[in-house]
Amino acid sequence: MAMSINADDCTACGACESECPSKAIRFKGAVYVIDPKKCTECQGAADAPQCDEVCPSGAIAKAA
Amino acid sequence: MSSQIVSLDSLMASPSRARGGCASSTSCGSSALPADIEPAVWEKIKDHPCYSEEAHHYFARMHVAVAPACNIQCNYCNRKYDCSNESRPGVVSERLTPDEALRKVVAVAAAVPELSVLGIAGPGDALANWKNTRATFEAVRKAIPDIKFCISTNGLALPDHVDEIADMAIDHVTITINAVDPEIGAKIYPWIFFDHKRRTGPEAATILLERQMRGLEMLTARSILVKVNSVMIPGINDDHLPEVNRAVRARGAFLHNIMPLISDPAHGTHFGLTGQRGPTPAELKTLQDRLDGGAKLMRHCRQCRADAIGLLGEDRGQDFTLEKLPETVAYDPAPRQAYRAFVAAERGDRDAARDDALRSVGAVADDVRVLVAVATKGGARVNEHFGHAREFQVFEAGPQGIVLVGHRKVDAYCMGGFGEDATLGPTIAALTGIDTVLCAKVGDCPREALLDAGITVTDAHAYDYIETAIGKVYAERFGRASAYA
Repeated sequence: MAMSINADDCTACGACESECPSKAIRFKGAVYVIDPKKCTECQGAADAPQCDEVCPSGAIAKAA
Repeated sequence: MSSQIVSLDSLMASPSRARGGCASSTSCGSSALPADIEPAVWEKIKDHPCYSEEAHHYFARMHVAVAPACNIQCNYCNRKYDCSNESRPGVVSERLTPDEALRKVVAVAAAVPELSVLGIAGPGDALANWKNTRATFEAVRKAIPDIKFCISTNGLALPDHVDEIADMAIDHVTITINAVDPEIGAKIYPWIFFDHKRRTGPEAATILLERQMRGLEMLTARSILVKVNSVMIPGINDDHLPEVNRAVRARGAFLHNIMPLISDPAHGTHFGLTGQRGPTPAELKTLQDRLDGGAKLMRHCRQCRADAIGLLGEDRGQDFTLEKLPETVAYDPAPRQAYRAFVAAERGDRDAARDDALRSVGAVADDVRVLVAVATKGGARVNEHFGHAREFQVFEAGPQGIVLVGHRKVDAYCMGGFGEDATLGPTIAALTGIDTVLCAKVGDCPREALLDAGITVTDAHAYDYIETAIGKVYAERFGRASAYA
């Protein structure tokens, strides 16, 4: 249970990193990545995954 | 582009400093304080190229791209695509950490004595990246105490930060306000991220517009100068912008800047992809003329990039990319101080020249107004070659005065000393409606081609002050022979 970032769509703006309540997002190489061990999909913290809500480029989806 | 770079030496070496007529002029040596601006406000804007049209001839700004994230989406913005040749807001070539930004600011301050303002304008929103914005300003304030700070924001987070903005002496804030009606706002903003939720439609616009207005009121209550930018989008908010103008004026906005929508499918924006067009220069000017007399209208905006560096008409950002910066840079205040002293003297001189020019156009009885385009590289003079110009400043001359009304961008016509006819077509198109072009030098070939298109190009007034040159051209054309002797 975790969200993930599609590197092709990520513009590396970092909006997701500062919104993540679980501190699961960090900058790696040229884009941001989500640590699946830390990601809770914001359950209990917000109505919807905050990274997905704030992402301007639709780069975030549930990890397969 | 080296041809666009104005060195301190070249500005200071401009001819005609020791012009006559000083003794007969009442304003010679004045501090160039315009009659309709309070002294306290003038102190704040006299070195700020974006807030003072007068200052933009002399002073340079730089933006540092430390604010990549944004908290709203606008239909005219897509920050995914960058091209270093593009000049438009929201676009940068490299984003910086606050430490890198400090290094860059110090390097630019050492190389560009005209530098007076450090702005944070994105590529996202300065306040949505407040930690970076604040850290950058704090570091730069220590290194260069006398630089002005400026930010640009969509306003959503503004009410939360006004006190800190005031504490940090950020005394210029630009808010982009495209509508005061949420139904219209909803056509421009597909969503906002606010209070941990993505919100859409009129609900989103209602929150955003309310916070923009509240932020504006809070800033003006603290005597922070606010410029309001509005993007003119034909068919969506063009008829609505007079209402925006009234609303922001009533809340104390210092300047209102109506900017044309930049819409190109290649930019990947919603408006670009859906075929929404931008306004023509004539449509833009008609709207601006309609609003003139309200909050002062800004006519000299170049819609620059979030990493632009230099005078407004130029962008030297590519000269100062991180890889070109030295590892350690030391700041020497002397060149900037010398330049300020030069500008103080030059302004008095130019004021006197402008007064003379205004008298000469005022002597023309008929209300004939013409648009004159000027090739300049700074210093308020006609000092750029026609073929090197990447933009022309456009002035309207008439018996009421000589007023900057905009600019026209062109591709430099002359790339290597030999002009090519192939590139004149777009230049002629860009100069539609212009009566006369003033430049420092022009070849016979482009001069004749433009004359065929009904546009007079002349280098007869090379290196004159812009108003002096326009005054002469206007009086020669429309005045009685005795009116300008």
